[in-house]
Amino acid sequence: MKAVIALFAGTLFGAGLVVGGMTDPARVIGFLDLAGAWDPSLAFVMGAAICVTLPTFQLLEGRSRPLLDDRFYLPTRRDLDPQLIGGAVLFGVGWGLAGLCPGPAIANLWTGNPQVLAFVVAMIAGMWLRNRVATPPAVTGGAAPAR
Amino acid sequence: MDIVVDVNSWIRAAVGGAMIGLAAASLFAFNGRIAGISGVVGGLLFDRQHRDTPWRSLFVAGLVLGAAITALAVPGLAVVTMQSGWAGTILAGLVVGFGTRMGSGCTSGHGVCGIGRLSGRSMVATGSFMVAGVVTVFVTRHLLGAGS
Repeated sequence: MKAVIALFAGTLFGAGLVVGGMTDPARVIGFLDLAGAWDPSLAFVMGAAICVTLPTFQLLEGRSRPLLDDRFYLPTRRDLDPQLIGGAVLFGVGWGLAGLCPGPAIANLWTGNPQVLAFVVAMIAGMWLRNRVATPPAVTGGAAPAR
Repeated sequence: MDIVVDVNSWIRAAVGGAMIGLAAASLFAFNGRIAGISGVVGGLLFDRQHRDTPWRSLFVAGLVLGAAITALAVPGLAVVTMQSGWAGTILAGLVVGFGTRMGSGCTSGHGVCGIGRLSGRSMVATGSFMVAGVVTVFVTRHLLGAGS
């Protein structure tokens, strides 16, 4: 059943990206181009998505567990660190260069566009590189997974 | 600043956004998982524990499937106009991959789910990548004159 939900959620997500116009790099660049002909439409994508997630997540986090699992899998960190901000800035630079973020890039793979494929391969290489150079975070407490 | 006023595209954007929000809310409500694409993909490819491989694969497969079905069902809806040359695209992919793992998330994980959870980290991350994106577009399109 969890598998069905994952497939359903992915499919609805991919459909929403296309309907919302997030899959078109030209629209993304138009949204980020405040000094040019600014296209605000993508603000409506994020705004509407948050209008759904904000009440549901608030409601759900009050429960002890999701419907099909025994716990919520949530990030536990609360502090702001240079990794978070530095990583977000790097991501923003790449987003502004190509007009693609990870979701739309992967959703666009169906088109067979070779440049989209190149972006996704490079993105995976970037993730791999990050894993190689990252120093493992200091583990405090007993929740460390066995190596 | 000129604003492109296209009410139809705003309605489409809001409908698409609501679908994305509903997808993220369902994954969280049923499976207890955050629908952050960079996290799901990064975990799928580089997580040494393979317990989560099935749901992550299905979610990613759904992403491609949902986009394909929608594009084929509504011709003319899915436009993909690449905005950078080969070198720019590959460089962008590299920093997006590196940055999203370093910063623990992207537009979906921080922007849609994190802000929905009222996470301070996600709000700061979302502000940071938005500003960086705006500055990058300004530098490349207006100062250096690339693209348009």
